[in-house]
Amino acid sequence: MTVRLGKLLRGRIFEQMEDTYPNEGGGFLLGELEGNSTVIRDIIQVDNVFEEEEQYHRYAMTPQDWMRLEDEADDRGLILVGYYHSHPDSPAVPSEYDREHALPNFLYIITSVEMGQANDMRVWKLRADRSVFDREELEVLEID
Amino acid sequence: MASIRIPTPLRAYTGGASNIDVSGGTVGEALMNLVEAHPDLRVHLFNDDELRSFVNIFIDDEDIRFMQGLDTEIAASDSLRIIPSIAGGGIIAWRLPEWK
Repeated sequence: MTVRLGKLLRGRIFEQMEDTYPNEGGGFLLGELEGNSTVIRDIIQVDNVFEEEEQYHRYAMTPQDWMRLEDEADDRGLILVGYYHSHPDSPAVPSEYDREHALPNFLYIITSVEMGQANDMRVWKLRADRSVFDREELEVLEID
Repeated sequence: MASIRIPTPLRAYTGGASNIDVSGGTVGEALMNLVEAHPDLRVHLFNDDELRSFVNIFIDDEDIRFMQGLDTEIAASDSLRIIPSIAGGGIIAWRLPEWK
């Protein structure tokens, strides 16, 4: 499966992740399914509500954020296809903590931010048996 | 029967349905009936017989953790909603010097 993301949206994610550095930041991905691809149509920034002193390596949203964004996606004829977050000074690969809190059929975009510079974005999906994340192909589009 | 709203990623296990009507006098009974009808949901909602820590159940806008948990009584007119808590976190980099 390929995930398609416009260059401008990728830029907005990078900018947000650099702004929240050295803490983690994140948000939701709204999109559509097109054949064997998922196309990201919009990103919605969501505040990190984890305890402030732990935000350098932890990110969380409230259940109310999920409700609001899932309803918004429905209203806009889009799908809540995943979420994105950063790993400051840490690789763009899912941690065990990520796996324990993940759902299948949902995209996890992780951006590594090294010394304040967003430099690597990877997309992951949890296997249905919850055992491991598989990396998905990311295609960055010139036009959003 | 009460209805349960299924979060988007788990609709793959309910044949695409976003709302499922379930019988049961408590939240726990309703969830058991839900996973009996849609067995692939179980592993994502429960760890053994406990709700996974990132799975929240709301009745309208009320979190059942602030009510009587799975023993919370429900009426046929109630709308339940399964809401995942989104959380994540990096690996502390100095533990993985090889990642560069």
